Amino acid sequence: MISKLLTSALPIAVREMQRNLMRSVLTMLGIIIGVAAVIVLMTLGSGTTQQVTEQIASLGSNLLMISTGKSMGPMQSSTAPKFKLADAEAIAREVTSLVAVAPQASSNATAIFANQNWQTNITGSNERYFSVNNRQLAAGRLFTAREVRSGAMVCVIGETLRGKLFGASNPIGVRMRLQKLSCEVVGLLKAKGQSSMGSDQDDVVILPLRTFQRRIAGNNEVAMIQVSAKDGITTDAVKQSIRQVLRRQRHLSAAEEDDFNVVDMKEIAGILSGTTQLMTSLLSAVAGISLLVGGVGIMNIMLVSVTERTREIGIRLAIGALGREILAQFLVEAVVLSTTGGVIGILLAVAIAGVLATLLQIPLAFSPLVILSAFIFSATVGVVFGYMPARKAARLNPIEALRHE
Amino acid sequence: MTSNGDTLLKLQAITKVYGMGEAQMFALRGISLTINQGEFVAVMGPSGSGKSTCMNILGCMDQPSDGHYWFRDVNVGTLSRNQRTLLRRHYLGFVFQGFNLLNRTTALENVELPLLYRGVGRNERRVLARLALATVGLSGWETHKPNELSGGQQQRVAIARAIVTEPLLLLADEPTGNLDSQRSEEIMDLLVQLNRERGITVVMVTHEPDMAAYAQRIVQFRDGLIERDVCH
Repeated sequence: MISKLLTSALPIAVREMQRNLMRSVLTMLGIIIGVAAVIVLMTLGSGTTQQVTEQIASLGSNLLMISTGKSMGPMQSSTAPKFKLADAEAIAREVTSLVAVAPQASSNATAIFANQNWQTNITGSNERYFSVNNRQLAAGRLFTAREVRSGAMVCVIGETLRGKLFGASNPIGVRMRLQKLSCEVVGLLKAKGQSSMGSDQDDVVILPLRTFQRRIAGNNEVAMIQVSAKDGITTDAVKQSIRQVLRRQRHLSAAEEDDFNVVDMKEIAGILSGTTQLMTSLLSAVAGISLLVGGVGIMNIMLVSVTERTREIGIRLAIGALGREILAQFLVEAVVLSTTGGVIGILLAVAIAGVLATLLQIPLAFSPLVILSAFIFSATVGVVFGYMPARKAARLNPIEALRHE
Repeated sequence: MTSNGDTLLKLQAITKVYGMGEAQMFALRGISLTINQGEFVAVMGPSGSGKSTCMNILGCMDQPSDGHYWFRDVNVGTLSRNQRTLLRRHYLGFVFQGFNLLNRTTALENVELPLLYRGVGRNERRVLARLALATVGLSGWETHKPNELSGGQQQRVAIARAIVTEPLLLLADEPTGNLDSQRSEEIMDLLVQLNRERGITVVMVTHEPDMAAYAQRIVQFRDGLIERDVCH
């Protein structure tokens, strides 16, 4: 019975849509935009989440970052005295479950080679920096522990800086200028791309810490200490040991709060991916509302169409169309409109998400589930919002409908 | 073929009341009418005499307030809305004053419409609709849309649509009301031809005595009652 209803209603509905092509397209526009928006936002959102997660995983899983200032939530802190190299050495000496400790200080400065110059990020650290941050060499060598101790004038540079300063020529063994310092490029790092905070991790120069402090910063401060813990050690225990060492080093009395904080990168990863997921769901919800509005648009047009076609409905009823056949015709028309809109929306979303993902350098993470549910949702919108006008048409009195002008 | 004596339909003491209480208005005050298979009946009467109400009841589109309507051996009063629709679908054909064709739809598709609801297959629909159009003299006009046809042609399409299902009863509500006298005569000739050659019973409402003269029997309505019922 139902399949018979559909087989007679489908060609009528399709013919009706073709007759009113402009109106059909305008009606579908709401659904097209809604479906496309939901899919694009969810695709880009999950792409971003995936990217953040991957980047943080690439930092090394057991990484802890120790910075000065009281903890005031993620990435925020009040000012407090900086660390000294001795603090990092005390941690390395006393906390046994660590693999590596890398004290760091950094600033921005202009790097100059021949007639090229480039504003870049300069970081002073020790030889452990590279393993802690998961950085690999592309060419040359890393600086050694001895060079770190002596404050040698050597540096390792990132791929972006190499491109800007050296172009096609080989930078290894060449001397370049960093402010008043002339240093030899001994190594080139493999490219790593943007960090999860959006900075270019390849636009860097890494120097031995002592060289940086003496020649660039002109002080003996250490802004941050990165620590990587041994596998299988709970980071909470490591954090606790580090706190004890640093409280003693910084002469904090029992009454005083920590004026530094130790952050586990896993926590940051959780916070960041949580944030992007929340943003994704919020934006998708907004886009979902536009789908609903599209549904109301369909209902509106179908109601207008029922009024406009009252006479036609009267003719059909007089000729022998049952109420349920009229209902099926209008319902099928609404569903055909909404699902056609849904399919066009999906195709549009695939194109837009593809272009945007390329532009924003986000991995393209299409989920078949999202596409399927967008399609099902658009069909549902057609049924739900098409039902009322269709029922109105089916209940018309044929005599009055025929009299309608 | 003329009246063969078999009763097609029978109205018994039909009344139709609109409104309630003080505003009550009788459209039909108890009419009885028997129409035999193969008759050509003209229904006449001034506006408000009840003839349109009577036609609506005959066409199973309206229910009487009281009385009985027998279509062959079926008591129409006991049928549900859907059953009455099915009765229309299988046994009745309608022709209206305003043609009532679907706009932006070809003549052929208009004629196919009742077959679509009867569940006739696509190819058979085509063949039957072409035949019906040929019967009303519109071969070659299949792909024209109503706005590309003259009034007379549109009414012929409407008649083709009404007879394509080979109905027992053709109800025509002022079929010539919108046409000039020459087109009117052509349409009347067509109806008479369908009545004689196919034995389709025709009940036609008309204002014009000239048109009524084509019928074998004239039923005159006045104030909700049948004033005169004359056979030629």
